Amino acid sequence: MEWSALDLSLKLAFWTCVILLPLAVLLGRALAWNIFRGKAFVEALVAVPLVLPPTVLGYYLILSFGDATWIGRLYYSITGHGLVFTFDGLLLASIIFNLPFAVQPMQRAFEAVPMNVREAAWCCGLSHWVTFWRIELPLAWTGMLSALVLTFAHTLGEFGVVLMMGGNIPEETRTLSIAIYDRVQMFDYSSAGIMSAVLLSLSVLAITFVYVLGYRRRRHHA
Amino acid sequence: MPNTNSGLYVRVQQEKLVPLDSEIHCAPGELIALIGPSGGGKTTLLRMIAGLADPTEGKISCDGETWLDTEQAASLSPQNRRIGYVFQDYALFPHMSASQNIEAALLDLPKAERRKKSNELIEMVNLSGLENRLPRQLSGGQRQRVALARALARNPRVLLMDEPFSAVDQVTRRKLQYELVQLRQRIKLPIIFVTHDLNDAMLLADRIYAISRGVTLQNGPPMELMCYPENASVARLMDLQNIFEGEVIDHDEDSEVTRVKWLDYELQARLQQTHSPGKTVNWAILPSYIVLHRRHRPSRGERENPIHGIVGELTVMGENTVIVMLVNGREDQRLTLSVSSHVAERNFLAVDADITVSLLQEGVHLMPLQAKD
Repeated sequence: MEWSALDLSLKLAFWTCVILLPLAVLLGRALAWNIFRGKAFVEALVAVPLVLPPTVLGYYLILSFGDATWIGRLYYSITGHGLVFTFDGLLLASIIFNLPFAVQPMQRAFEAVPMNVREAAWCCGLSHWVTFWRIELPLAWTGMLSALVLTFAHTLGEFGVVLMMGGNIPEETRTLSIAIYDRVQMFDYSSAGIMSAVLLSLSVLAITFVYVLGYRRRRHHA
Repeated sequence: MPNTNSGLYVRVQQEKLVPLDSEIHCAPGELIALIGPSGGGKTTLLRMIAGLADPTEGKISCDGETWLDTEQAASLSPQNRRIGYVFQDYALFPHMSASQNIEAALLDLPKAERRKKSNELIEMVNLSGLENRLPRQLSGGQRQRVALARALARNPRVLLMDEPFSAVDQVTRRKLQYELVQLRQRIKLPIIFVTHDLNDAMLLADRIYAISRGVTLQNGPPMELMCYPENASVARLMDLQNIFEGEVIDHDEDSEVTRVKWLDYELQARLQQTHSPGKTVNWAILPSYIVLHRRHRPSRGERENPIHGIVGELTVMGENTVIVMLVNGREDQRLTLSVSSHVAERNFLAVDADITVSLLQEGVHLMPLQAKD
């Protein structure tokens, strides 16, 4: 068991959730209730990481955020290090790669909030902001939890993008899934086995949790 | 011109989406029912009054305060209009208890006052003991009461209700209607409610607005619309089944009679000189103005517009029996009347039996001819 890899994976998953969740709430809400030109294209962009090979995504990320690009240089001038092969770059890749896992559950959850409940809130004198906090978010909380759990579990399982964008630098970009791959290459099956079991149980637990939430929500709306 | 400085005044026009062209004035304490076919713009009108939708053109004001004026591009938000809105399926906040639902409309008050006011409202709508239940733990009638209490919580200046009784059973419906009538004695608000149920409108409304395709066809007290519909569309909205075509023969001012040719009959109608002789008109009659002659025996009203025919359909509905009479045996001239079931029995009424009825002349109402839709 490589504790530093587990630690890094958890750290990456945590920060991905922290940064992605507010984004997903805003984007999911906007997609749920607004009809605008090009909506299908935006939804497709959000969903693309689901079908795109991680290597393709990784390739474009390197191309866009590499040290020679203006984003890479700007980032370097601010932080003193680049994005490629660093934890920050990994986090950025992870956020983009997890968009569908966070945005789609949020969008579904907001879509399930009846329009007239929001209108009733406005008629009760609640501002849009108060309506968001007191009515919309509490009604969409199961979606928020689903988004959190899925994003967390999916980040733990990332491999291709991590390898492309982060490489395999211990304590910087060597996550659990990379460590497993490494161990298998070295015929260290027992270590790989333990780490695989950890990832497997975390994933099963997470997905079960999401399904339980789904049942709860359906019962709630029944 | 109605006094637009008191009560609610609404004038809206638009051609897109739901076409509308209506003007409504609702005085304080007055209860107006909007009736009409679904998709006719009734709910849209309510939403516009609430500020949930804006017409292309229009003006809405309440007690002289402008809520909407498209000419000046002025439109107050729903939050600032102070309306009480009871939504069709009540739209309660599903994650909040009954009292929390009501308190949500009182957020501008300090917490203690919110509690107090919500308790008063809970009591007023007879929900004491249920204040901590979630909406899904309440029956349809109880939900409606929560919705009403929530709508009244802000001391609204107008109360709007969209099909307030459609989701409850008959017994609850009667109870809620009774409570609404009582409520009206306590609060002097303009109240507008949308209904597809004519009985609700007849029972509760001071005035009915018959709305079809966004246009107010006629407005007035319920009985006025029932007895004197301005055209066949209104008559149909008021569920009048006996609408026919005839031709005005002449007017006799001395005997206060307008004579109308219909099939081979010369009907005597109440004097209605707006329809000139020679004109083809629609005419209608309420079932209560149709008198069944006792079979094989002369009766009192025999001389008043006697009409012959056979029984086409006969449906016993409890104490009453509804008869569809085929006038002169014709399938396309169906006159519907209702008699007590014991009368039907005593007269041995059955399908294909010959019958004669009298159309009482004060009940024969003439309208301009309208193409059937």
